[in-house]
Amino acid sequence: MMDESLRELYQEVILDHSRHPRHFGALANATHVGEGHNPLCGDRVKIYLVLDKGNRITDIKFEGKGCAISQASASLMTDMLIGRTVGEAEELMGGFLHLVKGEDAPGLSPDDRERLDVMAGVSAFPMRVKCATLAWHTMKSALEGGSPAKTE
Amino acid sequence: MTAQTKIASAFDSCAARKDFEILSRKVYGKPLVYLDSAASAQKPKQVLDAMRYFATSEYANVHRGVHYLSAAATARYESARGTVRRFLNAAHDDEIVFTKGGTEAINLVSYSWLAPRIQPGDEIVLSVMEHHSNIVPWHFLRERQGAALRWVDVRDDGSLDIDALDAAINTKTKLVAITHMSNVLGTVTPLKEIVARAHARGVPVLADGCQGAVHGKVDVQDLDIDFYAITGHKLYGPTGIGALYAKRAHLKAMRPFNGGGEMIGEVTKERITYAEPPARFEAGTPPIIESVGLAAALDYLSAMDREAIAAHEHDLLTYAREQLREFNWVRVIGDAPGKGAILSFEADGMHAHDLATILDREGVAVRAGHHCAQILMERFGVASTTRASFALYSTREDVDVFIAALGKARGILAP
Repeated sequence: MMDESLRELYQEVILDHSRHPRHFGALANATHVGEGHNPLCGDRVKIYLVLDKGNRITDIKFEGKGCAISQASASLMTDMLIGRTVGEAEELMGGFLHLVKGEDAPGLSPDDRERLDVMAGVSAFPMRVKCATLAWHTMKSALEGGSPAKTE
Repeated sequence: MTAQTKIASAFDSCAARKDFEILSRKVYGKPLVYLDSAASAQKPKQVLDAMRYFATSEYANVHRGVHYLSAAATARYESARGTVRRFLNAAHDDEIVFTKGGTEAINLVSYSWLAPRIQPGDEIVLSVMEHHSNIVPWHFLRERQGAALRWVDVRDDGSLDIDALDAAINTKTKLVAITHMSNVLGTVTPLKEIVARAHARGVPVLADGCQGAVHGKVDVQDLDIDFYAITGHKLYGPTGIGALYAKRAHLKAMRPFNGGGEMIGEVTKERITYAEPPARFEAGTPPIIESVGLAAALDYLSAMDREAIAAHEHDLLTYAREQLREFNWVRVIGDAPGKGAILSFEADGMHAHDLATILDREGVAVRAGHHCAQILMERFGVASTTRASFALYSTREDVDVFIAALGKARGILAP
């Protein structure tokens, strides 16, 4: 018998994203780049994105090595953020950070909530929340053009 | 068949398990299989009882009051120092400095002994398998005083290349700082030979004994080692206490590290004089209750056949290794001859944190990550490993559950 929360954490969608990450690689024409590091496990992620004149994210790619949760989370994030404006992206990122901690995320649209639901299982594993949020924090720091993101 | 009958070695770990109440608890409804003793060992009731008895019947501050309890507490604290001395077979009680752990013991040597002796360009020899606690204090001297760090590699099996160590020592070398046993590879270093070779070139040696002192007898006089650091919580004792052994002549030549009460001779507005070692290095109220716990832990260990414990742990390591051979997706890192009971590995397509999470839900506690040894991770080309470590209370049943849980994790995560 498999633990129910484990089944939720490592559901097929997550494993699929981690084995076949979307938008994996570098972007030569990136306007913004961010690097994130989780000192706890040594995982690293690098996010490349292109912002157009209307402040819309037209492309994202990521590179890095990490656990299934961090890779799937990064992959899902790229899928969901491409095409959004910075304001929309920030709203989604804020909602995601609440969701994985098991908190209410009222700002999320029902559609976004449904797509992010695959990551909600992480909230049952407090030690793994940082794995799920690494790419998102890195995305944030890339948009802000600031210092490297760290989750610890 | 009882659990005991499956144990090949002479040591009766099942009897010892009764001393460790926590081992009978369940996690997520499953019996706890604790394979993370290299991070911190569980505490036997003898340790907890000794601390409780002391705190409820003899506790007061040490070296201060003239009252009954203060005298009793001081006697217990100093007697604990004697227990540590015997455990390491040091010549004198005053060669044992209590610290808050192994990290502080090494930092004490860095700040108080080596820092005043370092000129720019002087060198410190380290192995690539050091724990960060035996790296960062030396990096401080690189950053602040221009010392150079010289790294000694390990062979692919994780054993130390002693000729490479020899080659790294030169006329600028001020210290060799090396682990007695790697917390990742389990490699036990030939300390006596290292000391002999370093001393032949006039270089003192510090050993990080945080793992090494747990898995075998240490005789600092026989080793002729200059500094030896231990920590209590890996020795089945409490957290918050460790010790530095240092030769008396070194301690006498060392300046204080922390300043405060108990470490002074005299304080006036113009000047201070310092107490003799070891008090000189024990500023402030020390971990008094913990010292009693540490002494109880060392007494607990010393009353047992340490060689039988080592054989028992080694049996578990061999048993686990044999079963892991059936998993061709597992790569064990560290296979040095005579290694201690630490099993680090990488699994194809499976990240250590995912593995550890799944093992955890089976009740199996292992460590996943870089184990505070990033330089070693780089040496073996891995970002992280999963580590199972065995202690005197570990059993073959623990290994069986661990192996079954690994198979299950494979089923979930298989690439």
